[in-house]
Amino acid sequence: MVDKNQLRIATRNTGFIDPESVESYIAVGGYQALGKCLAEMKPADVIDLMKNSGLRGRGGAGFPTGVKWGFAAKYASDTKYVVCNADEGDPGAFMDRAVLEGDPHNVLEAMAIGGYAIGGNKGTIYIRAEYPLAIARLKLAIQQAKDMGLLGDNIMGTDFSFDIELKYGAGAFVCGEETALIASMEGNRGEPYTKPPFPAEAGYWDKPTIVNNVETLANIPAIIMKGADWFSGIGTETSKGTKVFCICGKINNVGLIEVPMGTSLKTVIYDVGGGIPDGKEFKAVQTGGPSGGALTYKDLDAPIDYENLVARQSMMGSGGMIVMDEDDCMVAVAKFFLDFTMDETCGKCTPCRIGSKRIYEILDKITIGQGTEADLEKLRSLSHNIKDTALCGLGQTMPNPVLSTMRVFEDEYRAHVIDKKCPAGVCADLLEFTVVEEKCVGCTLCARVCPVNCISGKPKEVHVIDQAACIKCGACLDKCKFDAIIKQ
Amino acid sequence: MAKIKSLAELQKKRDELQAVAAKTKNEKVIVNVSLATCGIASGGKEVMEAMKQEAAALGINNVEFTMSGCMTYCFAEPTVEITLPGKEPVVFGYIKGDKAKELVSKYIKSGELVDGVIPASYERIVF
Amino acid sequence: MSMLTITIDGQAVEMPAGSTILAAAKKVGIDIPTLCQLDMEKQFNQQSAACRICVVEIEKRRNLAPACATSIMDGMVIKTDSQRVIEARKTVLHLMLSDHPLDCLTCEKAGACKLQDLCYQYGIEVSDYPGLRNDYPLDASNEFYTRDLNKCVACRRCVQVCTNFQSTKAIAFGDRGFTTHPVAPFDKGMSDSTCVSCGNCVSVCPVGALLSKSKEKFRSWEVSKVKTTCSYCGVGCQMNLLAKENKVVGVEPMDGASNSSLLCVKGKYGFNFINHPDRLKTPLIRKNGELVEATWDEAYGLIADKVKATKAEYGNDALAGLTSARVTNEENYLFQKLVRAGFGTNNVDHCARL
Repeated sequence: MVDKNQLRIATRNTGFIDPESVESYIAVGGYQALGKCLAEMKPADVIDLMKNSGLRGRGGAGFPTGVKWGFAAKYASDTKYVVCNADEGDPGAFMDRAVLEGDPHNVLEAMAIGGYAIGGNKGTIYIRAEYPLAIARLKLAIQQAKDMGLLGDNIMGTDFSFDIELKYGAGAFVCGEETALIASMEGNRGEPYTKPPFPAEAGYWDKPTIVNNVETLANIPAIIMKGADWFSGIGTETSKGTKVFCICGKINNVGLIEVPMGTSLKTVIYDVGGGIPDGKEFKAVQTGGPSGGALTYKDLDAPIDYENLVARQSMMGSGGMIVMDEDDCMVAVAKFFLDFTMDETCGKCTPCRIGSKRIYEILDKITIGQGTEADLEKLRSLSHNIKDTALCGLGQTMPNPVLSTMRVFEDEYRAHVIDKKCPAGVCADLLEFTVVEEKCVGCTLCARVCPVNCISGKPKEVHVIDQAACIKCGACLDKCKFDAIIKQ
Repeated sequence: MAKIKSLAELQKKRDELQAVAAKTKNEKVIVNVSLATCGIASGGKEVMEAMKQEAAALGINNVEFTMSGCMTYCFAEPTVEITLPGKEPVVFGYIKGDKAKELVSKYIKSGELVDGVIPASYERIVF
Repeated sequence: MSMLTITIDGQAVEMPAGSTILAAAKKVGIDIPTLCQLDMEKQFNQQSAACRICVVEIEKRRNLAPACATSIMDGMVIKTDSQRVIEARKTVLHLMLSDHPLDCLTCEKAGACKLQDLCYQYGIEVSDYPGLRNDYPLDASNEFYTRDLNKCVACRRCVQVCTNFQSTKAIAFGDRGFTTHPVAPFDKGMSDSTCVSCGNCVSVCPVGALLSKSKEKFRSWEVSKVKTTCSYCGVGCQMNLLAKENKVVGVEPMDGASNSSLLCVKGKYGFNFINHPDRLKTPLIRKNGELVEATWDEAYGLIADKVKATKAEYGNDALAGLTSARVTNEENYLFQKLVRAGFGTNNVDHCARL
């Protein structure tokens, strides 16, 4: 008997239906929710239902979807837009791609429902150009739905019309931020601007616009069909429904999962994820991508929901979960994420443009053994001030990987700056490869494989590594058959 | 394609499609290959082709091949879901090399399970 | 318009809805430092809010808010000088300074540089966060100004003024991340752009990244400012002449009714004739084939005599008047009046019609 830890709502059809066949979608109840809205519900009823369901944005920030729709419905305008944010950019995250490639009609249906609710009839999917298959399947799906009268003019014989077009993003991470996304859709440089006005009031071409993430939308037809009470019965007090995660890194079952909100990290890692490979010790998991933070063994029992993650200096984010084991150095991990955000910051505001570079530089200094205790203090204060002053969500969350790893792994940081050691054995400049005299048989393999010839010793005698010349490539360690070389 | 003009028409269409699907499920072996970007990259299309050829070689002609998006098992790509007539679907992972042919010659032909079965650890919403 | 009441540093302020925190603070004499904020942008949401110097603390808000681009909400409680705000501003300055040369000793902008003033105000001598600096070659390809991107703080004022006010759109932002900087098309020099050399970007640059090329070396404190109206055309742009030892060495735009702190290339840079030895300062009358300096009375007397004589000998239509776009509408009106009523002919025209 397998535990049914997962509950699939947003991904209910991916892997089960043929994404290139509208019949396949109709057979599993597709477009019924849209039909129900148009035939039996007023727009205000749809918004109330969404509010009551407690659905919150799955892109990361967790804003209540029904409330967002309610704002956009309030503003009178001849044109309103429904934008689907499919600019999935977190490293190691592919929830949106999975849904778009596996169940494209689900998203189209939800967008039309959103259009009906706010009184708009134009939809745009902002999708990254790096997802060619998702684009092809979406284009096909739009055409099929139009041919069947499920999109386009007078949907299902009613006077509601809704059309959807695609806009391609050029792969900028910041364009997942809704104001930057809108700027990019309008053909401008993808940069965020100060809110208010929120897009619900003045968004795409200054018209009321709702921007919803793919996963958020993927939940909506199910909520319409099964009701707000059903949905709000799943999850925790503040976070309803399920969340799709991509678990990757040091985990046995790398893949896509969908679990009810409130599931513990332990269940996700050990039951659903199948634990850590090679019997290694679980160390941390990065949630929320580069904007999130590291959860650790201390957080294993914490129920995963929006508030609990924020309380632990991480965030829900769009659903990337990168699992790390004892062999991962947390300073190097923080440096990896800062390297990413440093490249991806749009460069508009000072704290993010220069601050990300400076945080990266300090982390780099620490990993090569040139950090000082003062640097740790600088990191902390710089991170807090960047969070406090940056313009958009990217900058405000960019220091999270640093703060969250410093919170739990301060010892590891201190080992780098004080002892000049990397406890996980990752930071090459802090490592020392040495020969264990008792184990060395003098086979000469290590000396022969060394690319810089820094290992000396006669055959059948103990070899010695010249530390000054060693470039710490690890070739000798890999080659030695007698475990006679250790790195520390 | 005829346009659907009302919710009732849509429901009728759904019922018809479900009836066809139920009939197929009773009569045919359904092979569903996961062909999202990742499935294709890990060789899903080749798996489908190999299975088609093997079925033809063995003279098995009641197999319907379909494709779907991501089956969520990245660790075990390529993945194939096989539904024998009247039976519950079974998902097989790690279908590399000759494994595709083995699925046909063993599981489809005689119902003999092969390695790589991935148990379904989820509940799925249907309506 | 509805009035809202907010509290800034303990003082209650009443302001119309839609006002910025910056404007509200100004009303009660509280100084919030700014750098990228551009007065020309009248609506709060048009401020780029990029520099983050003007951040203030708002009760019940998670992070600090830019005063220049945040509209007030009724009952807002704002602190502009809390420890948190000061620390944040200092951090922003440290970061800016970490990517800026410390050559104030020789920088032409010293004394009029916003970054220098702010660092002085907050006591920042060197950056706490030294690191890699951007390194660009000096672009002196424009005739009138130089562009030194190593001094640029990416405040965006130049791009805003070029795009939204001058509407030339010669520059925009290029690159992403740390190397984000203003660029002409294809990141070539300014001479390869559509720049019309109006110099408005130079006027709004808060640091020494854009500097007018000048024949004279001068520091901001060495010049006196003389307010005047630009004499090049009838628009009436208001400007300050910058004079060092009674010699005009530069021009800065002023917020006049017709120019809103903008100038064109002539107003901004066409001032060297003022002190030029060849400049015509009195009327000249040709006597025996030589042009000789005369008084205005003599000149007008001669014109009147010639007009009268021509009119008597050849009739009214033998006369014609041609006027200039450099004078105002009112002056043009008077001139046609002179020609029509005084000369008695309709032969009057204007250079702008040719």
